[in-house]
Amino acid sequence: MSDKQLSQKQREYWKKNIRLIVTLLIIWASVSLVAAIILAEPLSNVYFFDVPLSFWFAHQGSIVVFIFLVFTYAIRMDRLDKKYGVEEVILTEKKDSKGDES
Amino acid sequence: MNLDVEVITLTLVLITFAIYIYIGWWAKVKDTSSFFVAGKEIPAVANGAAIAADWMSAASFISMAGLISFLGYDGTIYLMGWTGGYVLLALLLAPYLRKFGRYTVPDFIGDRYYSNKTRAVAAIATIFISLTYVAGQMRGVGIVFSRYLQVDITIGVIIGMAIVAFFAVLGGMKGITWTQVIQYFVLIIAIIIPAAAISLQLTGIPVPQLGLTFSDIAERLSTLQVELGMDEYLAPFQNMSGLNVFAVTLALMLGTAGLPHVIVRFYTVKDVRSARWSAGWALIFIALLYTVAPAIGVFAKYNLINTFNDAPITEVRDISWVSKWEETGLLGLNDKNGDGMLNFTEEGSPANEVTIDPDIIVLSTPEVAELSPFIIALVAAGGLAAALSTASGLLLAMSSAVSHDLYYRIFRPQASEKQRLKIGRIMIFLAVIVAGYFGINPPGFVGEVVAFAFGLGAASLFPAILLGIFDKRMNREGATWGIAIGLSFTLTMILLMRSVQVFGTETQILDSFLGIDALGIGVVGAILNFVVSFVISRMTQAPPKEISDMVEEIRVPKVSESGEK
Repeated sequence: MSDKQLSQKQREYWKKNIRLIVTLLIIWASVSLVAAIILAEPLSNVYFFDVPLSFWFAHQGSIVVFIFLVFTYAIRMDRLDKKYGVEEVILTEKKDSKGDES
Repeated sequence: MNLDVEVITLTLVLITFAIYIYIGWWAKVKDTSSFFVAGKEIPAVANGAAIAADWMSAASFISMAGLISFLGYDGTIYLMGWTGGYVLLALLLAPYLRKFGRYTVPDFIGDRYYSNKTRAVAAIATIFISLTYVAGQMRGVGIVFSRYLQVDITIGVIIGMAIVAFFAVLGGMKGITWTQVIQYFVLIIAIIIPAAAISLQLTGIPVPQLGLTFSDIAERLSTLQVELGMDEYLAPFQNMSGLNVFAVTLALMLGTAGLPHVIVRFYTVKDVRSARWSAGWALIFIALLYTVAPAIGVFAKYNLINTFNDAPITEVRDISWVSKWEETGLLGLNDKNGDGMLNFTEEGSPANEVTIDPDIIVLSTPEVAELSPFIIALVAAGGLAAALSTASGLLLAMSSAVSHDLYYRIFRPQASEKQRLKIGRIMIFLAVIVAGYFGINPPGFVGEVVAFAFGLGAASLFPAILLGIFDKRMNREGATWGIAIGLSFTLTMILLMRSVQVFGTETQILDSFLGIDALGIGVVGAILNFVVSFVISRMTQAPPKEISDMVEEIRVPKVSESGEK
């Protein structure tokens, strides 16, 4: 593969990465800063089971969504790495490490 | 009964300490890569647990649930603030810093901005942030010792110093990481068992998180509080303005992503992929505590109000844990109107006859829930684990900033591997002594650790690293000015708004900055940093070619097909 092609591919990879990051960060901000703080008062009247929705986001829900976001990113990036052939091949300095797939 | 608890506590604490020391011995290291970044071979899940233990301090463990139970809805500043930053770390910083693959945060800033001055500023910020933070941890160790084992705080701190010094000096990052993994399990079990028991008691559901959402306990507490003239627990902005809740939450999130002792943990995994995954594991492990804490807050507060309000004072004093905590001064009962009954209302109101230190919420939970002395001992061991694990991570961040960034990278680049390892060990030992000293004689700024550490992390390191990765045009001039202005603005503001605590002035010199309190001011500092960096970088020369090549390289896990094999 020539240098030029490679950098073209890399640029595409980076663009897709940025798009994914922005999408996930929009969700991040909407559950925490928006749902639990900016919309705290209106969402107080909506109930999520036995607690107000905004309270649930503020004390439980956002944290659950955060976990989901981080794992989504890890999974999607694994796929993207493979697709663009940029996944890391581990250079084994120590032969005894078990978990490497190189 | 009391003696029993003490004997069991002492035994359990000694067992856990023996394990930490054993690991320190087992993990002893011979090279700088193992010493600073655990040889970059920590598995993602283990790194997640280590990050979680590193992250959850004595304050998260002992004080947070209590603080939340008094802040009600507004306690979300800690809950979202101290978890949301991990999303930023995972998406914006961790994978790229791991690809960069050196030892410290100033390493990245110094190399990316091709300047030893910028490196030095980053190193000094790292040292200051970690020092304020670690002093509080050492004090936490002393407090746990004094509460559970009737040992003087000073002696408690010294015992803690000896333990940390042992595994940190010998094992460096490797020793610290594996002890943190164990410490995580000690502390999480210690918080979950009592929480599950009290949840079962009050809601019939043994999972505290579900007990909070799927029962009317929160609603009952909220109504009860209103009846007694306290805040409505479930309603937002009863204790802080909406603007402040917003600013503080965001500042804590950005600050989390800018804390050197957390960032450096992502250097210890074997590849970029593991850096992304270990952020996820870390967040799961952290969330376990952070979703349980608000539940404990509600349960314990409800229990306390029901125990105390409108109860005859003599009967209340007969409860064994009440008299015990009254002795420590954390609980105050005072029948002011002399009617023999306790009146529990808003703190500070003249009619209120019950004063509670927030720390009691977690510390007394096992006793209130009538759990066995073994669980009480476990909570003590958990508190110590939380304090020691955080302290060790901070000590490493501090000493590596001195020995690696200042000594090796700036003053003596020709130093040999052996010399560097020796200096690393000496520095971590000195850091333990300094931290212990401040733990025994805490200066005023230590109490304001949240404002200082997170504010400065948010205003200095976070923007500089972020721009270094995502803005290829960012140059030395922009970043250096950005850090300088973000840092000095935030520092000045916190000092002015906390002058009573830091300098002992009679009133705060400044109340707030446009309505934003000291805890949230890091957001303004961060914005300033971004704006200044951007403007100055566009007015000055672009960074050299090898720097933009470096940025290209860290953006991709593996650059070329034909690379070294």
